[in-house]
Amino acid sequence: MRRAILIAIPYLWLTALFLVPFLIVLKISLSDIALARPPYTPQFDFSAGLEGLGAFFSELDFENFVFLTTDDLYWKSYLSSVQIAGLSTLITLAVGYPVAYAMARADEAWRPTLLMLVILPFWTSFLIRVYSWMGILASEGPLNAVLLALGIIDQPLQIMNTNVAVYIGIVYTYLPFMILPIYSALEKLDGSLLEAAEDLGCSRLSAFWLVTWPLSRPGIIAGCFLVFIPALGEFVIPSLLGGSDTLMIGKVLWEEFFNNRDWPVASAVAVILLAILIIPIVLFQRNEQKAREAEG
Amino acid sequence: MKRTSWFNVTSLTLGFAFLYLPMIILVIYSFNESRLVTVWAGFSTKWYGELFRDQEFLDAAWVTLKVAVFSSTLATVLGTLAAYVLVRAGRFHGRTLFSGMIYAPLVMPEVITGLSLLLLFIGIGLDRGVFTIVLAHTTFSMCYVSVVVSSRLATFDRALEEAALDLGCSAFDAFRLVTLPIIAPAVISGWLLAFTLSLDDLVIASFTTGPSATTLPIKIFSAVRLGVSPQINALSTLLIAIVTIGVVTASIITKRAAVAQARDEQAAARTA
Repeated sequence: MRRAILIAIPYLWLTALFLVPFLIVLKISLSDIALARPPYTPQFDFSAGLEGLGAFFSELDFENFVFLTTDDLYWKSYLSSVQIAGLSTLITLAVGYPVAYAMARADEAWRPTLLMLVILPFWTSFLIRVYSWMGILASEGPLNAVLLALGIIDQPLQIMNTNVAVYIGIVYTYLPFMILPIYSALEKLDGSLLEAAEDLGCSRLSAFWLVTWPLSRPGIIAGCFLVFIPALGEFVIPSLLGGSDTLMIGKVLWEEFFNNRDWPVASAVAVILLAILIIPIVLFQRNEQKAREAEG
Repeated sequence: MKRTSWFNVTSLTLGFAFLYLPMIILVIYSFNESRLVTVWAGFSTKWYGELFRDQEFLDAAWVTLKVAVFSSTLATVLGTLAAYVLVRAGRFHGRTLFSGMIYAPLVMPEVITGLSLLLLFIGIGLDRGVFTIVLAHTTFSMCYVSVVVSSRLATFDRALEEAALDLGCSAFDAFRLVTLPIIAPAVISGWLLAFTLSLDDLVIASFTTGPSATTLPIKIFSAVRLGVSPQINALSTLLIAIVTIGVVTASIITKRAAVAQARDEQAAARTA
């Protein structure tokens, strides 16, 4: 009996505040927009009983999803979100791997400090870290000033409010998520394996390619998912650093909801975003499972 | 094997410069007399003064703190309970759904979580404000807490609990006197994580708040939407300082505790 209560408390909480809200989104995505409060129809009428339920279901349809396929804006936003999230994940890997590698190779006494330095930005406000780039990338900001002074460019670059700024923002804010799993994979790596490879005639580069890289692969995969999944639905970065032509689905959903007040379409956008995310999430879970089994 | 290679030193230097320079530049500009990022017009703390005279910022900070304290405490209780259920309750009807509901919010895009909760609150006619933000924050941060706590619970030796039960403890006392002290570090880090997540959240709070409650991230976002604001630079500097002091102190304490423990173990080994 007591066990049942213990289970019931978190179970009911999550059902009421996670599962039910999601079902509501699903339902509203099948409804029509209406000039009412709340602005969609049909509303479920409890007093009508079972007949009302039948009438309620018969009014739901996939119109909003059809609408999403007919308007360019939406599928372009999905494609460009996937592209921006994918490319910035690769850049984050390219930036993060050498740092994780150097951390794992550093003197043991230094490692806790280095680790703390990677984790520290994670505790600092995400919004502030994104905001810090607004000043730096501004056309009269410090980055352009340095580049002009060095004579690398003779005119200020327009980086703010472009997709380039969005890439920089994503790489910057998600870098710790890439470094940490790769570091923990590389730290466990047995140095004698590399020595053996070199003794057997491998060059250091091919020893890296044949030994270190494959053994750090679980960390690389985990890091890539940890960056790609949240970046795909990102809202803050495209809206602060991106321009009006930056299409990302999180931003579209926000605007559809707050600016256009089209709740059914916003809900349909949410449902499709989730459908796209399910593939990487399932793959990520599999990877984690495999890593756990390999360890255990 | 420990060669100091130029490649590793360069990677670390460039990597950490990339992570820290933006924040350092932000801190420097918060002391700039001028409103613009273009010119350095001399050292000044006037933006800090303006920040503290701005009642809206102070109100927002107070709302944020209230939300964070309530939601992280509630999330810690619920999350620990959820972790306990997940690791200890064995099989029960709907366990798969339960663990799904624990992990799904971790990967759910914030815009979707925010939208779905708002639609729920409107659906049941709940007035939006501090209370609804607390509900929303509790829901997603309890999942983080339960992941942190359940990984500690999974490595924990059950025999200790069983011994307490054999010696006549009630199940609740066994939890209070044996289990809780052992998982306490995980519970505390879970609380800290929940607290920071709540302080930091813009998207979910924007969806679930009403006109009566503006949190600090909402205020910051609306202030910087159109460009750099010196007051926000000052506010950011203060927040960065608080976090840095907190994290550095915490890591020094953990390090000292580890050193003390090693010393005690050595001493114990000598006497034995």
